[in-house]
Amino acid sequence: MTASRKLLLKIKNSLPGWRLIGGPFLFGFLLLLTPLLLMILLSFWTQDYLTLDRTLTVNNYVEVFSHPVYFTLIKRSLNISLMVTISTVLLAFPIAYYISFYGGRRKAILLFLITIPFWTSYLLRIFLWKIILGYNGVINSGLMSLNIIDEPLSFILYNTNAVVLALAHAFAPFAILPIFVSLEKIDRSLLEAGRDLGDSAIRSFFRITLPLAMPGVVAASLIVFIPTIGDYVTPRLVGGTDGLMIANMIQVQFSKANNAPLGAALAIVSLSIVVFISLLFILFNRKYLRRQV
Amino acid sequence: MASPAPEKQTNPPSMVMLSGIRKSFTDVEVVKGVDLNIGVGEFFSLLGPSGCGKTTLLRMIAGFESANEGIIAINGENMNKVDANERPTNMVFQSYAIFPHLNVAQNVAYGLKKQGLSKEETKKRVDEMLQLVDLDGYQERPSYALSGGQRQRVALARALIMQPKVLLLDEPLSALDKKLREHMQQELRRLQRTLGITFILVTHDQEEALIMSDRIAVMFDGKIAQVGTPREIYERPVSQRVASFIGVMNFLKGDLIGKTEKGISIASDVFGKITLDANQMPSPLEPGAVTIGIRPEMMSVLYRDSDTADNRLNVKVTSVDYYGDMTFYSVAIPKSNDQVSVCMRNTVGRHVYQIDDEITIGWSNASMVILR
Amino acid sequence: MTKRAPLSLLIFVVIYLVFLYAPVVLLPIFAFNDSAIIAFPLEGFTMRWFWALGEEESLFRALKNSLIIAVSASILSTCFGVLTARAIARHEFLGKRPIFGLIMAPLFLPEIIIGVSILIVLLQLGFSLSIWTVIAGHVLIITPFSVSILTTAFGNMDKSLEEASLDLGENRFGTFRRVILPLVAPGLISSLLIGFTISLDEFVIAFFLTGTDPTLPVYIWSMLRFPSKLPTVMALGFVLLVMSLVLLSLFEYFRRRSEKLTGGYGKTQHHVGQEGE
Repeated sequence: MTASRKLLLKIKNSLPGWRLIGGPFLFGFLLLLTPLLLMILLSFWTQDYLTLDRTLTVNNYVEVFSHPVYFTLIKRSLNISLMVTISTVLLAFPIAYYISFYGGRRKAILLFLITIPFWTSYLLRIFLWKIILGYNGVINSGLMSLNIIDEPLSFILYNTNAVVLALAHAFAPFAILPIFVSLEKIDRSLLEAGRDLGDSAIRSFFRITLPLAMPGVVAASLIVFIPTIGDYVTPRLVGGTDGLMIANMIQVQFSKANNAPLGAALAIVSLSIVVFISLLFILFNRKYLRRQV
Repeated sequence: MASPAPEKQTNPPSMVMLSGIRKSFTDVEVVKGVDLNIGVGEFFSLLGPSGCGKTTLLRMIAGFESANEGIIAINGENMNKVDANERPTNMVFQSYAIFPHLNVAQNVAYGLKKQGLSKEETKKRVDEMLQLVDLDGYQERPSYALSGGQRQRVALARALIMQPKVLLLDEPLSALDKKLREHMQQELRRLQRTLGITFILVTHDQEEALIMSDRIAVMFDGKIAQVGTPREIYERPVSQRVASFIGVMNFLKGDLIGKTEKGISIASDVFGKITLDANQMPSPLEPGAVTIGIRPEMMSVLYRDSDTADNRLNVKVTSVDYYGDMTFYSVAIPKSNDQVSVCMRNTVGRHVYQIDDEITIGWSNASMVILR
Repeated sequence: MTKRAPLSLLIFVVIYLVFLYAPVVLLPIFAFNDSAIIAFPLEGFTMRWFWALGEEESLFRALKNSLIIAVSASILSTCFGVLTARAIARHEFLGKRPIFGLIMAPLFLPEIIIGVSILIVLLQLGFSLSIWTVIAGHVLIITPFSVSILTTAFGNMDKSLEEASLDLGENRFGTFRRVILPLVAPGLISSLLIGFTISLDEFVIAFFLTGTDPTLPVYIWSMLRFPSKLPTVMALGFVLLVMSLVLLSLFEYFRRRSEKLTGGYGKTQHHVGQEGE
């Protein structure tokens, strides 16, 4: 069979599948791929108040990379995101470990318990952190009434600390679940074999459990990292001026500043950074991801 | 090129006829020209190793795949334009495919819905069928509470209640354990004889095919190698491949000298020059080097000098395998150092030899087969 | 046999749970607190904020919008999910991986990117923002979840079941009605419930794509600026929490039923029932 005949046959055989998936695919094509491409295009145009100038130019990107404001925001967003990812994943691991290895028959209920807090509105949850961390908030009024401090702490709200804390809280279950799934897949007899061959409990954890749980850790890291960089609500509510992130600036460009092309350029730059770091991260952990036990 | 073996028994009228069937999946040809003629009321098996195309062939008869070339006729009607749900066939799937959301009775009655029978009539037929497969009383049992053997019988009942002209079975016993499998082999045979329906069974287990079938088609690489009764396939295989697929076969080298009115003469160092019957060469071969096949159970250990045999050979025992009812000796032929197997029934008082013992084996001329 | 966890781990788990529940616990506390200020100390029990909810007309409008959007988005996403899951599970076709990647991509992109890019397209094409634009945005991000849920449901279903139905005389539609639908139904319901829940709480995309009809989260966002409205917002949050819990429990129930029906024994032969017959 010639190559072109083979291709025609493959196309003919693809028709039933295409017919089914055509709708969803078209939808994604029109609402995700095309808009993203358009956004890239837009970033090469300029806008003056309400008039859009369609001549191609790299001015927006020049501005993004030259003005310190944008650079600071991007750097801060990255920083916050990395801190959130590291702290969330690190803290999630013991919880996932506990449920998987000590949960017994109550595993499902424990997982359910973990997720209940997150069935409140996201907005309200962040807002409530404001209540907790605020000048008259729970922590301050509590500590003051216990006479541990004389004056309310001010460093816990309206800065990057608050943003990191609130985001770490918000994304906790997203980190716990993939790590849990990975830990569950580990054949317990592997650990017994390790003990049988002389490893202490701690050594077998580092030599067997941890490496085998890495796919889950990698997944958790990505699941936390990618959305947090682009988070809008948390920095807005608890970030004050010091804790604003890139998403807030993008939103400003699209509304008050009337500079959609600049906003688009910022978005593209942020997205590229996210994709780049994610790919680096995946590459770095390739050896763990290939061994899917 | 596959050709159907001449029908050795009185020809039953044809129920399923396959002519020139070819089937490819994208660029791989899995059925390479098959002709078969399956008679009414026959228990017919398609036997072959995994990947030989037998399941594809069965699915084409059922209507789940269509042939690229060739005609499939069932009960005289051309099925090429007939969909699976319209054909007078029913299938027992390898996974049994019991509907998980229905209980036993509902599963069995599934196909009757379209016939618009009354509730009482449906119940009557379901009860009858369940009795036939020995599952009476299981009507209300949910599907997830059935064991493997029970599910298989539900699958059988569900198919048979449709009164098909042909029942197709896709490796129905492969998931069962040994004892259950043996029991079900007898059961299927009994059912088929009672109902008189044509059964077409696909299996890779040659023992199964031998036990249950009226006729067997041995299939390799998309082609039919041989069609015949179990006895024909076993005693007169057409090729080495068929011979070694069914049971164990010893192979000796020899020369085909020529055909005369007396028979076929062959010669070798091992057994000298002998004349065999014409039917001991199932495929026509030219004079020259050939392979002679002898089944291990056709060879015996000669205990006394007075034991007679057409051919005798002094050999050395290289290994002994004890199977309880049989003992298999592997022996080395002097000079050539070829190995053959000799199978002896264990009877009271019979001496069992050890490795390195020197013994004499013998076999008759009639037990030899000249193979391609 | 599960051993007892080391004490340090147990303590950690407890502290972590306190951390997780901290904001959530405050919600009912302030929803029932008899004070217009969201701060300690507490002033006493009251239900007045819940009654006040009933007075907020704009709240009901926002709620209505959110419900319309959530129902539409979950139905549409589930449809897309069924089509995609079926195509992936049962067919091979050219471009399978990239097409699947595109449909699942919204899971891996920050919501703001998605919201902004759709906004751009709509503005360029001159479309005005409305409920439909929000529905479109939601369908985009909910579909990957539907696909996940339904791929599992379809994947667990033995392929031979459909062939068996045909073999027994049913046509394609009958097979769908009598075999596929009942087995996939729990998965469908799970998908609808989860889509509904996601849509109801979704803020960023709605924020960018909403016109003059705000969704509930957008409404809440605007209310957060008015201190006097805060206790009412707390009450609203509490109501939403309870509703979400009910929906989640339903989802879990249907997910278990789905597993029971299609998975677990279709392929792996469990020898339940007596042996040796």
